[in-house]
Amino acid sequence: MGHLLSYLKKYKKETVIAPLFKMLEACFDLLVPLIVADIVDNGIGRGENGYILRRFALLVGMAILGLSCTVVAQYFSARAAIGTATGLRHNLLAKIGVLSFTELDTIGTSTLVTRMTSDVTQVQNGINLFLRLFLRSPFIVFGAMVMAFIIDAKIALIFVGVILVLFLIVFGMMAVTKPRYKRVQNALDAVTGEVRENLGGVRVIRAFGREEMQREEFCEANSRLYRAQMKVGRLASLLNPLTYLVINTAIILILWLGSARVEGGVLLSGDIIALINYVSQILVELVKLANTVITLGKASASISRIEEVLATESSIRFGTESADREGSEALRFENVSLRYHGAGDESLSNISFSVLRGETVGIIGGTGSGKSSLVHLIPRFYDATAGEVFLMGKPIRALSREAILSSVAIVDQRPRLFSGTIRENLLWGKETATDEELWQALEIAQAADFVREKPEGLNARVSAGGSNFSGGQRQRLTIARAVVSQADILILDDSMSALDFATDAALRRALRTLPSHMTVFIVSQRTGSIAYADRILVLEDGELVGNGKHDELLTSSPVYREIYESQFKKEGEA
Amino acid sequence: MKKKTFRRILSLTKPYGGLVLCNLLCAAITVAAGLLIPIFCGNAIDAMIGAGRVELPTVLRAITWIAFVTLISAVAQKLMALSGNRITYSVCRNLRDRISEKMHKLPVAYSDTHSVGDTVSRTVSDVDTFADGLLMGFTQLFSACLTIGAVLGVMLYLNPVIALVVIVLTPMSILVARFIATRTHRHFVAQAKVRGEETGLVSEMIEGARVIKAFGHEEESLAAFDEVNGRLADASMKATFFSSLVNPSTRVVNNLVYAAVALICALYAGNGGISIGELSVFLSYASQYAKPFNEISSVITELQNAFACASRAFEFLDAEEEVADPENASAPEKRGEVVLKNVSFRYTPERPLIEDLSLTVSPGQRIAIVGPTGCGKTTLINLLMRFYDVTGGSISVDGVDIRDMNRHELRSRYGMVLQDTWLKEGTVRDNIAYGKPDATEEEIIAAAKRAHAHSFIRRLPKGYDTKVVENGSNFSAGQRQLLCIARAMLALAPMLILDEATSSIDTRTELKIQDAFNTMMQGRTSFIVAHRLSTVKEADLILVMKDGHVIEKGNHEELLKENGFYAMLYNSQFSAV
Repeated sequence: MGHLLSYLKKYKKETVIAPLFKMLEACFDLLVPLIVADIVDNGIGRGENGYILRRFALLVGMAILGLSCTVVAQYFSARAAIGTATGLRHNLLAKIGVLSFTELDTIGTSTLVTRMTSDVTQVQNGINLFLRLFLRSPFIVFGAMVMAFIIDAKIALIFVGVILVLFLIVFGMMAVTKPRYKRVQNALDAVTGEVRENLGGVRVIRAFGREEMQREEFCEANSRLYRAQMKVGRLASLLNPLTYLVINTAIILILWLGSARVEGGVLLSGDIIALINYVSQILVELVKLANTVITLGKASASISRIEEVLATESSIRFGTESADREGSEALRFENVSLRYHGAGDESLSNISFSVLRGETVGIIGGTGSGKSSLVHLIPRFYDATAGEVFLMGKPIRALSREAILSSVAIVDQRPRLFSGTIRENLLWGKETATDEELWQALEIAQAADFVREKPEGLNARVSAGGSNFSGGQRQRLTIARAVVSQADILILDDSMSALDFATDAALRRALRTLPSHMTVFIVSQRTGSIAYADRILVLEDGELVGNGKHDELLTSSPVYREIYESQFKKEGEA
Repeated sequence: MKKKTFRRILSLTKPYGGLVLCNLLCAAITVAAGLLIPIFCGNAIDAMIGAGRVELPTVLRAITWIAFVTLISAVAQKLMALSGNRITYSVCRNLRDRISEKMHKLPVAYSDTHSVGDTVSRTVSDVDTFADGLLMGFTQLFSACLTIGAVLGVMLYLNPVIALVVIVLTPMSILVARFIATRTHRHFVAQAKVRGEETGLVSEMIEGARVIKAFGHEEESLAAFDEVNGRLADASMKATFFSSLVNPSTRVVNNLVYAAVALICALYAGNGGISIGELSVFLSYASQYAKPFNEISSVITELQNAFACASRAFEFLDAEEEVADPENASAPEKRGEVVLKNVSFRYTPERPLIEDLSLTVSPGQRIAIVGPTGCGKTTLINLLMRFYDVTGGSISVDGVDIRDMNRHELRSRYGMVLQDTWLKEGTVRDNIAYGKPDATEEEIIAAAKRAHAHSFIRRLPKGYDTKVVENGSNFSAGQRQLLCIARAMLALAPMLILDEATSSIDTRTELKIQDAFNTMMQGRTSFIVAHRLSTVKEADLILVMKDGHVIEKGNHEELLKENGFYAMLYNSQFSAV
């Protein structure tokens, strides 16, 4: 709850006005039974119709005043809640922009999306309800008690008892059912999991003829959910009868003790009506309060999930220096090791090599040998855990973010485009690029043909994630996007896997027409794709086991030879 | 449509008719108690005329009645909640069980054309909303109507004039609520639309966070997001504020009605028309009378929602099922002969995919299928396994048309490793033994060894007992594929289908597995789909497919000699530029 308040700092005015007006409205609500009692006792008692009419006008006036107070309160609470939610979303996205890959890996994509959407909505609802009800409900409950004391202190003691017992019941019930509701939620998750599994695995399930087993598993999960629901339902079903018993006991007590007080001339019958009205008000407000507490519980869980993200510090701090474009060296690794956050083993161990400007470098190795890890160090997606990386002649940690961005363009394994047009996507590489430059990049990436076939050309729509393009087309567009940037170093991380051999070969030919000062890294599993490179780095279990040209490696590196032979030897014999 | 949905919902609750009756009876008791207690209160108050003039026996009698009615009502409330729960959750469970049964009867095409998310929401959240909304809604609606009727009756009995005032004034709150609701509706629609837009943008940006960083596009993305975020704030503000006026407005109307009743009652009481106790009854009824009206309007929205959810769930149950297995299916002796006769197939009527494909595969032959993406390779596998039925021609296995066989019988003849490496939630052991649940530990390990998966499984924290999470996402693509291969190796069938079975495995491991595959394929009819041509060279017959047609057919040497499409594909793989 404390977190919740700290977010309202920016909305001080709203935070004060909303509950204040809510309480004003509550005051009017509290006065109604008193006025009715007055009508009964004074108006009817004395038979003064004029008095009755004046009181009636007062009731009407209070109803309208109450409404205007509420309107003010709702407006300001909505403003504070929505303003906070909008700000939270902005801050979250800004934070994601600052976090480095290490932190993004740890937090995970899908949970970030949930936190930015449904968690923020929970907070918004929580704040809105908090400002409107959290003060009002206790106020009415205690206000009713105070009113009862004003009418008759002795009978008001019943109120004290009732309120205590009701509080115990409502909050005790919440405490008891909360863990059980969680169990229901977990059981529901399991059912969801079963549905997903059955749908996703339909081919395998049918191929192995295991429909019956899957069905049994589903029924079991479903029954578990049923049992969990019934269990918590049995407990929750006590809430209504219990509160009902308490309230009616209070009414009985009021009537019983009240009759004695009326007999003694301390109270009038109108007072009894007022007291019973107050008891009913207390019940209504307590039910509301319980709901508010539940919503606030959810909101505060969401707040802490959001805060987790906001409190995460980026592990990467950029330097201020700019790249040195005069030197002959593009990249140098000195005894570089990398261990991912939370991982047991090093993904890269003690790697040293250097690359000259204009070289084409191939990187090869088996699944999990560290190829992607290595190239991810070049744009400083991660920091080396030991050793040092030098980019364009300077230690990478000294370089500014802009310097790194202008030096390195990387194409990821999974081609990712953004909704918009082809042109918009390509301009990510360089905002000021001309159409001519874009077409040139498309030519190199072997994407010009299919873009030209689109009636809208560069203005053709790209839907979210690029889903309206085939895998191969997406790969070629992401390559074009990187080429547009004209960075000094271009990295293709296994980004031609969806291309057929002919296109792949044409693309590699085109890459050689790039300006001679550009350094190109090609990560691949196929020796054929990198055999022509000026330098080939061979990785095995995170270690550099070969560094040289194709022909040299064939003799000097057993691993390289093995990879090569696994792809070529038999063909050689054929 | 609505009527039909309604009838089906009734049929779902049929097995619980007794409980429904009990539920409604308890609701009636609760309503009656709610109305009786104010009357007893009124009696008691009437007995308190003033100082020294209290008729204690009358008060005590009223109190006894209140206690009695309260107890009965409390029991009824408890029973109502219990029966309500039982009906709701049972109907829910039964509906989900039927949905799960249905899932296995739908054609594979259903899964291919519907998003998992949509089906999940139909089976999980829709069923929930339906059960909650509908069954609870029914009880509430029933109680509400009962309350309105009973209150009307008692009030008319007590004093027709005051009753008329209440009857005329109360529905005003509903009118006010409707008035606001219809005007806020469009704000809600607008909010939902912008929210959807924003969620889409958020997922895109978070999933693409790496690319955004790689291109230093953070500021631009944030600016684009802020624009949508601002629009969402506007829409939310309008929707939240205007809708939050509904409750206070109806409350103010109720308060006005209450005041009016108080006024008229007071005037009447002043003339001695009604007693003060009756006045208290009227006051309490005036607020009780208004409440169900407010409830009804919210219950109706809830019911509409529940109806919508129910019909979405029913839609799933009504989806067209696979053609049932033939009654007297034949199960020919397992030899491994496959004959395709003039097979044609199209997913959508207007786009033919496979046309007039004929092929005879004798037992033990090895068939490779190659060709560019989208040429129909995987479709052919779909037809062989009868995941889809041919739209023309026929496929027969061991001399029998596969449509005359049980699907189980047909599929048990194939072992398969697919490109899509689906794993089940469970342990590594469960997954390998998926096709042969009674396999011994030795058999499982032997299969894992043959698939070259044993060495990495052994190094897992819990070995064969390591948990596989949903979609196997705690394993790399290569490891998943090795597990799938082990799964197929354990449940050896007379025929094999390998659809890009080694696409995610590095070439050296692939070479080793290839040996295992070769042993496995000895004497088994096998179909191999691959884009690495090195893996298909040893096939007895290579089908080169393009745009759904077999354009070349023959063994490796013959096809190279032909110097056609296959030769071009094959050579391009070795051109080192």
